[in-house]
Amino acid sequence: MTEISPLDGAAVDAAVTEALAAIAAATDLDELKEARLAHTGDKAALTLANRQIGGLEPADKATAGKNMGKARGRVNQAIAGRQEELEAERDARVLVEETVDVTLPVSRELKGARHPLETMQELMCDTFVAMGWEVAEGPEMEAEWFNFDALNFDPDHPAREMQDTFFIDPPEAGIVLRTHTSPVQVRAALERRDALQNEGRGIYVVCPGKTFRTDELDATHTPVFHQIEGLAVDKGLTMAHLKGTLDAFARSLFGPDAVTRLRPSFFPFTEPSAEMDLRCFVCGGADNDCRTCSGTGWIEWGGCGMTHPNVLRSAGINPDEYTAFAFGMGVERTLMFRHGVKDMRDMVEGDIRFSQQFGMEI
Amino acid sequence: MPKIPLKWLEESVDLVPGSTPEDVAAALVKVGLEEEGIEGGGITGPLVIGRVLSQVKEVASNGKTVNYCRVDVGEHNDPAGPGHKPDNKEEYPSSKGIVCGAHNFHEGDFVVCILPGGVLPGPFPIGGRKTYGHWSDGMICSAKELGLGEDHDGIIVLASPSGASEVTFPGLVAEEDLVPGASAIGLLGLDESTIEINVTPDRGYSFSVRGVAREYSHSTGQVFRDPADVAVTGSAGDGFGVVVEDGTPVRGRVGCDRFVARRLTGFSADAASPSWMKRRLEQAGMRPISLAVDVTNYVMLELGQPLHAYDLAQVSEPIVVRRASAGEKLTTLDDVTRELHAEDLVIADSAGGHGARAIGLAGVMGGAETEVSDATTDILLEAAHFDAVTIARTARRHRLGSEASRRFERGVDTRLQVAAVERALSLMQEFGGGKIEDVYTDLDETVAPEQIAMDVAYPSTIVGVEYPADEVVDALEKVGCVVDRDYESLLVTPPTWRPDLDSAITLVEEVARLRGYDNLPSVLPVAPPGRGLTHGQKVRRAVARTLAESGLTEVLTYPFISESRLDDLGIPDEDPRRDWVALANPLSAELPLMRTTMLATLVDAVRVNLGRGAQDVAVYELGRAYQAKHIGTLPTVDSTDGGIAPSEVEALNEALPGQPRRVAGIMAGNRVPAGWNGHATAWGWADALAAVERVASAAGVAVSVTQGARMPWHPGRGATYWLDNGEFVGHAGELHPKVCETLGLPPRSVAFEVVLDPLIRESDGVIAAATPVSQQVLAKEDFAFVVSTEVAAGDLVNVVKHAGGDLVEDATVFDVFTGEQVGEGRKSVAINVRLRAADHTLSADEVLGVREAIIAAASEKFEAVLR
Repeated sequence: MTEISPLDGAAVDAAVTEALAAIAAATDLDELKEARLAHTGDKAALTLANRQIGGLEPADKATAGKNMGKARGRVNQAIAGRQEELEAERDARVLVEETVDVTLPVSRELKGARHPLETMQELMCDTFVAMGWEVAEGPEMEAEWFNFDALNFDPDHPAREMQDTFFIDPPEAGIVLRTHTSPVQVRAALERRDALQNEGRGIYVVCPGKTFRTDELDATHTPVFHQIEGLAVDKGLTMAHLKGTLDAFARSLFGPDAVTRLRPSFFPFTEPSAEMDLRCFVCGGADNDCRTCSGTGWIEWGGCGMTHPNVLRSAGINPDEYTAFAFGMGVERTLMFRHGVKDMRDMVEGDIRFSQQFGMEI
Repeated sequence: MPKIPLKWLEESVDLVPGSTPEDVAAALVKVGLEEEGIEGGGITGPLVIGRVLSQVKEVASNGKTVNYCRVDVGEHNDPAGPGHKPDNKEEYPSSKGIVCGAHNFHEGDFVVCILPGGVLPGPFPIGGRKTYGHWSDGMICSAKELGLGEDHDGIIVLASPSGASEVTFPGLVAEEDLVPGASAIGLLGLDESTIEINVTPDRGYSFSVRGVAREYSHSTGQVFRDPADVAVTGSAGDGFGVVVEDGTPVRGRVGCDRFVARRLTGFSADAASPSWMKRRLEQAGMRPISLAVDVTNYVMLELGQPLHAYDLAQVSEPIVVRRASAGEKLTTLDDVTRELHAEDLVIADSAGGHGARAIGLAGVMGGAETEVSDATTDILLEAAHFDAVTIARTARRHRLGSEASRRFERGVDTRLQVAAVERALSLMQEFGGGKIEDVYTDLDETVAPEQIAMDVAYPSTIVGVEYPADEVVDALEKVGCVVDRDYESLLVTPPTWRPDLDSAITLVEEVARLRGYDNLPSVLPVAPPGRGLTHGQKVRRAVARTLAESGLTEVLTYPFISESRLDDLGIPDEDPRRDWVALANPLSAELPLMRTTMLATLVDAVRVNLGRGAQDVAVYELGRAYQAKHIGTLPTVDSTDGGIAPSEVEALNEALPGQPRRVAGIMAGNRVPAGWNGHATAWGWADALAAVERVASAAGVAVSVTQGARMPWHPGRGATYWLDNGEFVGHAGELHPKVCETLGLPPRSVAFEVVLDPLIRESDGVIAAATPVSQQVLAKEDFAFVVSTEVAAGDLVNVVKHAGGDLVEDATVFDVFTGEQVGEGRKSVAINVRLRAADHTLSADEVLGVREAIIAAASEKFEAVLR
């Protein structure tokens, strides 16, 4: 290595140029380290030149110091700059090298799910709870009195046969698997009767739950199914309030344009009674080939009516003072047409693939 | 449910001009008669009478024998000569060639042919085509193809002059109308539509053309003509002797309150019913039988009054209407001999003594001994009014629902009987001759419908629509009520055909449905502020959610089980889970019991999934299992005065079987299946226990665990959970290997079942008190105790916690092992203890003090040695 003088500006510049070239040429941090040692290390030309300053004439010291300071400053700056560049390059490269395949299956734990009939009932209940209604429940093995007599079913009336009831053995015990959740209406009314009469607190309840009828399982029937019923008892309630409640319920499940319609019918526990249809929420009645409503524009959704005075009497409520309305619909049926479930068997067989199609909320 | 031919309906009410059958159905739906189906129509010609000229049987290549027929179809015939290819021979007479696969006909028979250009319901357009090696110009039709009923085999044979074939609808088409080539559409009534409607139990009168016509009139305003308005000839008096002797009325109601009997003598036994009558009976779904029987059915369908015709020669005067005697037997028209019940009402005659011989099950079915036959020339016709309850019970008891019983149990007009008899006998006379007896018997104990008082504003207050007084009165009069409006409230007498109109509220429905429900206002009522979901409802949601989030899928299984399922689960004889509730009428004789444990049906869900190829299955269900306790007869309820009493509700509830809410789960296979980033982890006993802990913590209840569980759990790998008060909560762990094997579950499947009610009760209303969160420095101390393998880790941890006192924030087992290092019969349990004070940083001395106390306690209680 040729020794240079700190006073020889050209030589210093040349050394600097050489150093800068070497720094710039370094392609990785190791090469840069080499270049740093070569050009700023103990034996580097600039280091040695710098060391000569002490032995110079005082008059030259300033010049030499200035030369060398500037030269070493440029070199150090270049090293720092290059160091930063190379570190950034290395970091970027490492991150690229660490790339993973995010399309791999990430969760190996079994995924669980709620059953949509359960989440559907919760959704239905929440709609009413938001309106101030309460959710009432009762036993599945029920006294015949609650399931039939209290609901104005004459023991010999053919309406009682409509129900296809499971009787508990022995039949004379008077215990049935409830055929509807209507007995809960009576129980709920009994529990709230005092508040109604003493505090004027109207009764507004929905009754969801499991019900039983002796139907064989097929695509549209199941012996074990779910219903949600509603009961409102207050002063001055009319069929118009029933219609308003049904419309509100329909809107919450089927969107702001949902409408219901009523048709005269018969149930022992309501008078007047009506069948309730929902305007087809898929085609709105515009498609003659609609698969949801079979082109009729309406979907049969449930039954309803003004609670029969005899039912109120069973619960000890004076029908001359209070009026009431009730309605009920099948949860399975609602799930079927709301979600396009074609076969009821999918809901009851317990195939986990069925439940897993639905989220935690429905 | 009744089928109403529209042509028949039109006799009592004019249809709105231009109405389609769908329009008529829609009008009926509006007033509450739901459509079940529309039949008829949909056939366009040429559908013609054909006469089979020749019939050649040929065995086709597929082994089936078919007939190549030449059929005379009159004006539609091809000219005589060679037929179409490939039947181009020279000798065919003027006719058409048709291939037919049925064999119930012969040459010379009159049949029904649909020719090319015609359309059958479907729609199936008919064309000429080559088939079975012939050119076939259309089809010879069966009853089914024409929508004339399901219960006739083969093609329709209208007449068989040779007598070789059985005639399908004898007399349906008159002899003079059997002209080859004549259109059969009108002759068979195929241009007529029939609407089947669903009649709700309160509308018995709609089981008739009369009732449906009236309803159609209500819906459309078209004029109704009552077919029961017939001029009655003769007079009531001393006719055929009849007495009603009902000493034991059912529910206080006499079984028969009206009985009209009238004779027709000199009737021509072989007279046939007119074809129009047969056609209408067929359309209404009944089979024509003989003139006398057809007329009784026809008039019943028309007016709604069941009638019964007796062979007068076989009946001994007087007829006695009475209850059956126990053990009495009667052979009914369907040739079944039935043992009668003392509550059954019978029609008896006096052959062998006064009222000694039962000749009919009143209002349900006549007896075989006195039925009209093809030799009957003298007829006794009965039109009665029987009590709905008696008839309903008898029909149900004998499983004998008949057209008559269907009507009586829903209620029959009490004023129809004389008119119905008149109408029926005059029809019999018109087509079969004979003389109608001038004097007829009419025992009439019927009571006029009671007047109902109704405030004229009542319908408006119930429905929420303003009904002017005139509209209210008008509507009630339209449905047949007599309304007296000279009082403040209306006095309404319902018509005799509406026994369902028994109170003011029933009148409201009439007013409302006549206006229609289409324009009801929609008003959302405002409920008082509610209390939200109950604690139990919230807990159940939390439990369901936490299990789903732990990887289990919710299912809903049927609660029906067999006793052998309990055997398969290894449940011992005296176990409370054998205290089942049985169904009196199970759907399947194999599954007559209600589950006593959720696991009994949950295993089925697991098996369904395994059977469909799943390897890893984890399911859970929230529901109820049932326990009989002691099923006695429930107490009776008297709610006549002020409703059911609280004590009565309590008594009923107490007498019901136990049906606590539960949650159970079964996990089989892997919890974490093998994957690119790791090995599989199987569901283990600990996961089942962890599930119970999650359930308890979702409910906010602390539970404690003890070693061991009942069947179906593994005796060494099951746990039992308890509330602090010692109440049982549930079991969890690995299933017994034998149970897995028997039920086809994968080995080492795990399960849990918890009773939710105690958890809900325990946490209801409990407001958890918060402990301040200490911000002091944590001290961690590890202990490795060597103890006997008999010592439960949980007990050791409890001792450690107790010994450490308030300073112990938590203590957990982080390692357990056995082996040579620790010695035979011993194990090492490593416990990590976290120590922290509420108010200061623990000094080394304090930590050391706790450590020594823990070691001393473990040593004292369990002879634990620190490793």
